Amino acid sequence: MFQGFIQIALTLLIVIAIAPILGKYIARVFLGERTLIEPVMIPLERIIYSLGGIRAKDDMTGWQYAQALLYTNFVMGVFVYLLLMLQGILPLNPTNLIAPSWHLGLHTTLSFLTNTDQQHYSGETTISYLSQIAGLSFLMFTSAATGLAVGIAFIRGLTGRPLGNFYVDLTRSITRILLPISIIGALLLLILGVPQTFAAPAVVTTLEGVTQYIARGPVAAFEMIKQLGENGGGFFGINAAHPFENPNSATNLIETLAMISIPAALIHTYGIFANNTKQAWLLFWMVFTIFVILVSVTAIGEYQGNPLVSSILGAEQPNLEGKEVRFGWAETAFWAVATTATMCGAVNGMHDSLMPTGGFSTLLNLFLQIVWGGQGTGTAYLFIYLILTVFLTGLMVGRTPEFLGRKIEKREIVLASVVLLVHPIVVLIPSAVTLAFPNTLSGISNPGFHGISQVVYEYASAGANNGSGFEGLGDNTLWWNLSTCLSLLGGRYIPIIAILLLADSMAHKQPVPETAGTLRTDSLLFTGVTAGVILILGVLTFFPVIALGPIAEAFKIANGQ
Amino acid sequence: MSIVKDTTRAIRMTLILWVLSAIIYPLVIVVVGQVFFPFQANGSVIQSPQGQPLGSALIGQAFTSERYFISRPSVVEYSIGKDAAPTGISGASNLAPSNPKLIKRIQAEVDQFQKKDISLTNDLVYTSGSGLDPHISVATANAQVEKVARARTLSPDQIRSLIAENTDDRFLGIFGEPGVNVFKLNLALDTLKSSS
Repeated sequence: MFQGFIQIALTLLIVIAIAPILGKYIARVFLGERTLIEPVMIPLERIIYSLGGIRAKDDMTGWQYAQALLYTNFVMGVFVYLLLMLQGILPLNPTNLIAPSWHLGLHTTLSFLTNTDQQHYSGETTISYLSQIAGLSFLMFTSAATGLAVGIAFIRGLTGRPLGNFYVDLTRSITRILLPISIIGALLLLILGVPQTFAAPAVVTTLEGVTQYIARGPVAAFEMIKQLGENGGGFFGINAAHPFENPNSATNLIETLAMISIPAALIHTYGIFANNTKQAWLLFWMVFTIFVILVSVTAIGEYQGNPLVSSILGAEQPNLEGKEVRFGWAETAFWAVATTATMCGAVNGMHDSLMPTGGFSTLLNLFLQIVWGGQGTGTAYLFIYLILTVFLTGLMVGRTPEFLGRKIEKREIVLASVVLLVHPIVVLIPSAVTLAFPNTLSGISNPGFHGISQVVYEYASAGANNGSGFEGLGDNTLWWNLSTCLSLLGGRYIPIIAILLLADSMAHKQPVPETAGTLRTDSLLFTGVTAGVILILGVLTFFPVIALGPIAEAFKIANGQ
Repeated sequence: MSIVKDTTRAIRMTLILWVLSAIIYPLVIVVVGQVFFPFQANGSVIQSPQGQPLGSALIGQAFTSERYFISRPSVVEYSIGKDAAPTGISGASNLAPSNPKLIKRIQAEVDQFQKKDISLTNDLVYTSGSGLDPHISVATANAQVEKVARARTLSPDQIRSLIAENTDDRFLGIFGEPGVNVFKLNLALDTLKSSS
């Protein structure tokens, strides 16, 4: 047990160490300061801007930024949908896969477009090599870059700067951050055993003389951007539990760090933009604390194992259902919490088979959306909570609420409320509808309380743009494909538009000079209150489903049933 | 007018970024992989001395004979046979800890292992995440030494040294769990036989 927690603690230490470095780098990129790879990238970006017809100096308003984002995302979505539906006649398809059904294709496209990567199919039996690299992996870059751009625009607005130009931020996110790190990471993964080939599946005769089909493909390049961009859509059906996506504990460490690094770093990026590293560290530690609690709860649950199985085995042994030996209970538990916290959604063990404590932590992450949070958007959500806390504490002490010297008024609170209300709406309402028709719509595969968790998890994962799932759910149906599309779109674009408009209105406010009466937001007390607001709002909204799902299941198992 | 302008710009940017991230990036990795690391890049396929592909060093295989160490249970039968053709498959049980089916399945497995006199470890009764897990724990391997030694009339010590050779340790001695690669171990047993 001790050894398992040491692994987790060391991984966390690495996160603490690299987050400020990467955060500083990201800040330099978007503040337009000199960086190491500039000599290579400036000419490349110049070509991109001139071919794209972009004038890099044009700043956009919040609405223009949102429009540019929506146009680009729409074009990319149409392009990839066509690619998927035509894969049967396109090259790089060695196993002659046909096009997916129109609704599965639509769900897959929107899912990757919104940085969710929820998958209602198995990659090796559904998606051709061309669709994987030229369709899905392409959207992994652009959706991550879109999220990053929104996060940066929001930070700019909060700190009183013009929001910037969407196309420039999109391009720089790719050329300066995602692409360079992906190239290095993909090469490391390749050396450590992740395949990168266009050859057809290997057909071998095993030692016992039967024929084994070994799926492979251009996995290494795909895998790295999948982790780094918080995308999470597996090349293979079983995602990073597959030995070709994640062959050993070295690749597991690289992939774990890749998924946490950018969301953790962005908090420090804010600190540099706001010239207030103290507040950045306070927020970092707040999120870190919630994260560590959830990791511990999950890891202890997996280590103690399933009491129903322990009574058969005659000893208490960790739960290894749906887990790989090379990762064990500790790394799988850590990954499960990290992947739901960061909205990555890749899995290296099956969440459906986690103990109820794991179901609790992963669901809570999906509900809160700020324990690191998604690429760019998670950091924005964090500051939305901060703005709300300023408003609430302002009401309590009877002061005009101000954040970073800017008054919080009706418009800001309305936009912040929109951001926070969309999530329960796109999660709970469709869950209720689906659960009302358990036999026709739900596709539940595990009976009892766990079945409720399966349905809620699927919509929570879609609405939070996470993409992991309780994968026993029979979800490749017309109902699931189309109803989750609404949660995917609603959970992505409504908050993004509101975030950008909010940033715009903050940027245009007249700064109020700080006085002795100003409520300081960079104190331990205020950060503590923020944590309280986050937990109360998040937990109160979703407590009924958590109680009916994992908590009830935990009691049932503890009773030996 | 502005809609047309915005759409054209969006289309142009999409195409440029597509060339960069969907064509150039994966192709560079493919070229590096195929030129410098062809073994890993093509799936770490191990061949017999005659050049027949036997399996991948990273992918598990199913073993039923007494002469072999057995792998973990897999819901996709290690991607063998007609069901797996032509693409290969992966998969997990996705059974919840509270699902009576899980308990029933484990009870059946336990009964079987007790009949074969193999001591029980958790990795041997729980199905893996991928259905292709190449490893078993060191304890599970040690529990099968006597069985294989009897079937092959080898000394248990000889087999134990093969287990040690085919154990993948923790990364840097810290991260992950040590696992015995069952395919490589069984291959080593077969090679031992043919060379002696």
